[in-house]
Amino acid sequence: MIKQLDDSIEVERYELFAEPTYHFNFELERRDFFKLLGGGLVLVFTLDALASQEPERQGGESGRRGQANSTPKEIGGWLHIGEDGSITAYTGKVEFGQNIRTSLSQVVAEELRIPIGSVRLIMGDTDLTPFDMGTFGSRTSPTMAPQLRKAAAAAREALIDLAAEQWKVDRATLGVKEGKVINGQSKQAIDFGKLSKGQKLVKVISDSVPTTPADQWKISGKSHTKVDGRAFVTGKHRYTSDTRLPEMLFGKVVRPSAFDASIVSVDSREAEAIPGVKVVRDGSFIGVAAPSAEAAAKAAAAIKVEWKSEPQPSGKELFDYLRKQAAESPRANVTGSIADGFTQAHKKIQQTFTVAYIAHAPLETRAAVAEWNQGKLTVSVGTQRPFGVRGELAEAFRIPEARVRVIVPDTGSGYGGKHTGDVAIEAARLAQASGKPVKLLWTREEEFSWAYHRPAGVIDVSSGVRDDGTVTAWEFHNYNSGSSGIQHRYDFPNSKIVFHQSKSPLRQGSYRGLAATANHFAREVQIDEMAHAVKMNPLDFRLKNLKDERMKAVLNAAAKAFGWGKEKSAPNCGCGIAAGFEKGGYVATCAEVSVDRASGKVRLVRVVEAFECGAILNPDQLKNQIEGSIVQGIGGALFEQLDFDNGTIVNPRFSRYRVPRFSDVPVIETVLVDRKDLPSAGAGETPIVGLAPAVGNAIFDAIGVRLRSLPMAPNGVKG
Amino acid sequence: MPRISELHINGTRRRIDADADRSLLSVLRDDLDLTGSKYGCGEGQCGACTVLMDGQAIRSCVTKLSAAAGKKVTTIEGIEKNGRLHPLQEAFLEADALQCGYCTPGMIMSSVALLTRNPAPSEQDIVRAMEGNVCRCGTYPRIMTAIRKAARTMKG
Repeated sequence: MIKQLDDSIEVERYELFAEPTYHFNFELERRDFFKLLGGGLVLVFTLDALASQEPERQGGESGRRGQANSTPKEIGGWLHIGEDGSITAYTGKVEFGQNIRTSLSQVVAEELRIPIGSVRLIMGDTDLTPFDMGTFGSRTSPTMAPQLRKAAAAAREALIDLAAEQWKVDRATLGVKEGKVINGQSKQAIDFGKLSKGQKLVKVISDSVPTTPADQWKISGKSHTKVDGRAFVTGKHRYTSDTRLPEMLFGKVVRPSAFDASIVSVDSREAEAIPGVKVVRDGSFIGVAAPSAEAAAKAAAAIKVEWKSEPQPSGKELFDYLRKQAAESPRANVTGSIADGFTQAHKKIQQTFTVAYIAHAPLETRAAVAEWNQGKLTVSVGTQRPFGVRGELAEAFRIPEARVRVIVPDTGSGYGGKHTGDVAIEAARLAQASGKPVKLLWTREEEFSWAYHRPAGVIDVSSGVRDDGTVTAWEFHNYNSGSSGIQHRYDFPNSKIVFHQSKSPLRQGSYRGLAATANHFAREVQIDEMAHAVKMNPLDFRLKNLKDERMKAVLNAAAKAFGWGKEKSAPNCGCGIAAGFEKGGYVATCAEVSVDRASGKVRLVRVVEAFECGAILNPDQLKNQIEGSIVQGIGGALFEQLDFDNGTIVNPRFSRYRVPRFSDVPVIETVLVDRKDLPSAGAGETPIVGLAPAVGNAIFDAIGVRLRSLPMAPNGVKG
Repeated sequence: MPRISELHINGTRRRIDADADRSLLSVLRDDLDLTGSKYGCGEGQCGACTVLMDGQAIRSCVTKLSAAAGKKVTTIEGIEKNGRLHPLQEAFLEADALQCGYCTPGMIMSSVALLTRNPAPSEQDIVRAMEGNVCRCGTYPRIMTAIRKAARTMKG
């Protein structure tokens, strides 16, 4: 049975509650370590203020690992103004391509009224940055941006206080400009750095510190190109996989023959004979460290292992298996009376939808560089949860967290797939045994086979509708894939919504949008089918069943920009629409497809997506996220699928697992609905949820074929 | 196993001492610390490792060192000239044609090769030339914009 430690963590984040992969048996050592910041002005939040930021999240913030079930013990400095006037901000969030490095820098620059280039943002370093539960769930814009904004505003106010005291004037006569505090009347000015006079001053950030309202933003709310972009276009940025340390060895892990296989026998004599190679065997872990990647590969290949594994299901049996293994007595979310609802309906529609496992396939495979130094373990690793991984490392090696440092360089993407510390633990174990730093980079095959994947699922929907388009009954059952996005914004008077946990043949966990993609696909296709059953325009049908003004606004915006309702352009061409709501963001997607009847090939011609997430922090960055979500969504909608059989992934490489490429991309238009009057919501995930159903509905419009399985057309559309 | 002692990289002769059978990518990254070219798949399917060999775009992960010996190899580190970015690098920055940036060096090298042999490519030409480069973050439309912009700039 899957443990559910905390209701605030989505149930389908299975990877956070899983048992650790390795249980090591080595001997322990003990040493102490701590670190100090230099002189200058340090801004901190009180524990209470931190708790008020994310009240619903303070519980099991890192699942089993990290400081589970307790508020963070260290306050951490959020902003530091050096004696030389340099501004450094600290955040436990990490940069994975969502470009929060830029939007967070904008927020700090805004409140201090300085150019964005003057802000240095330290991210994802457990020794330097305040505790953070992880960069996932589209939380950065709604929670971290306001925290940094308050920290910078508090710094501004503290600097004004210091100057007022020094000049013996009323603080109301003072302002900040270009890195100085200025007296508007006397024109006196003093640099930020000179005010703190080299002391370490700790000021507490009040929750009510005055921040710049959204309608007065001059730096936030504007499109700013990627900070540090130059390092990326020149190849100078060092990802974890590019790290080089003196005397560094290369690691390689010997993988089991199948999932959950156990070792019968190991013969590593040949490997041990290779010069410079260290072979490590500890419980179920078998790995090598060698002076070169080639030597490590050769050594790993030379280790002869006899494995034993149990028979496991294949992809063919997947959906039956998920149903059969479903947990009993799940909690149902009920409104009104389903029975009455069906009685009132003129038409009843019952359908089943399925969703395959798909892989995150981040272009940078997971990597870690681990080094032990005087009893302290430092690991550079591309993970979305530096503090969670610190906890995993502390647990694996049975040392206090204070003796573990996790550093996350800007990483080559993750999409929710890099939450756990597998590669960090493996590298650290090899470094511990060899006494030298070890770099471990997973191969693409390992990435496809041994990472966790987006859950597969079966969804049963029964709904009732009246001839005038009113939906009277809505019954929705999701097996295994998750409950994100299972609630909707429609006005259905009678509904029963149930999520059924099940057993999964594959390792599964968080993925961009979680189960919202699956649930939106099933819901928006079912809604489309109801609209057609009562001969109503799918847009009008949705608007009729909605009271949510924000939902209606994006639907109308997308439809208008798309030219919804115009006559068909050509035979075998069709249009579809879908609405979505997730993580505080509202999305509406319109798609146009063209189907080649002979080959069955589906061509995505055009996608228009309208998105509203409150006050926009960086318009172009937001567009980039929406476009990226749409492109990524194409894969899951049309052709991405993990094939598996008896404990192995059958297609663990790009030549066998198709991902979206240049030729798959339609014309994309994004409509940003900016609501400066509303707090900012996140945007890293929600834009993906409308793509699959819009495309599915467009295919039906084009050729009258209703597709209810994702991926919809891995080998073209039949019929 | 024969060994290779010299490679011509970014206009300079570099001394190495490596097995001829090794991939060019591993030698660039591990022996010469030119880490701009990336490992993405090891089977030439994602383009993250793309470099130029005598002006042609090749996937260095499936190119043996022996094939590179005696040829002029250009990596992402070599297309900046005297601190000035190549028009494609400028165009990628302006169009914000990246998110995590991991595919970016490979994308830029493939597009350098394209614009060198076809200075005025059509949309289809670009798609065909770039089809071997994967961007998992989905910035393809922006990369198209960047290539079009750079093509105009380079034509003068």
